[in-house]
Amino acid sequence: MSVDSRFTHKIWQEEELSKMVPGGVPFPLLSDPGGKIGRAYGVYDEEAAVDIRGRFLIDPEGIIQAMEILTPPVGRNVLEFIRQIKAFQHVAKTGEATPAGWQPGKVTLKPGPDLVGKVWEVWKPEMAFD
Amino acid sequence: MSEEKQTSCVEPARGLIEPTEPQKGEEPKDLTPKGGDIMRATVGKKAPDFEAAAYHKGEFKNIKLSDFKGKWVALCFYPGDFTFV
Repeated sequence: MSVDSRFTHKIWQEEELSKMVPGGVPFPLLSDPGGKIGRAYGVYDEEAAVDIRGRFLIDPEGIIQAMEILTPPVGRNVLEFIRQIKAFQHVAKTGEATPAGWQPGKVTLKPGPDLVGKVWEVWKPEMAFD
Repeated sequence: MSEEKQTSCVEPARGLIEPTEPQKGEEPKDLTPKGGDIMRATVGKKAPDFEAAAYHKGEFKNIKLSDFKGKWVALCFYPGDFTFV
């Protein structure tokens, strides 16, 4: 979503995006003229009159589970976003918690009285980096 | 989503949908934080609903966030078409 019109979206898709991704990007390009939607999401820059880079993960119930907002010059990390989607989907399915650096297949935590003071036994800091 | 028409014109999108708007035939508890033009996207709270004009698969249409209930949604904002990053 950006403040651009759907007409501009069409030309961008045809002239540039389709040369990066065969057939163009598969998702809808949304318009937010005037930034009213961006304002509600905390991403509208009043002075520049644009929606800055923000991404939101919304679950099947319509609840925001994660958000990240960056100033314009730094791009996103798509793999980290995908990791978060997988982690939230895993949590929603199992009720387990995913510690720092979790990837599918890695150890999860089952919060409860037995785990208090015992996280060090099942999770090591280096697991956040591998 | 509004019904698609064969004409080149699409109904104007509603934009941000205020949580105070009455819902058809029901009185649901709306957990969306209210507050006019201020930021109200909060983790753990309902995403502000909207209907936006869109370009998708060669067509113009309006897309409403709440129509995606039951699915995981990635909503991304960016500064503008043809920007560099």
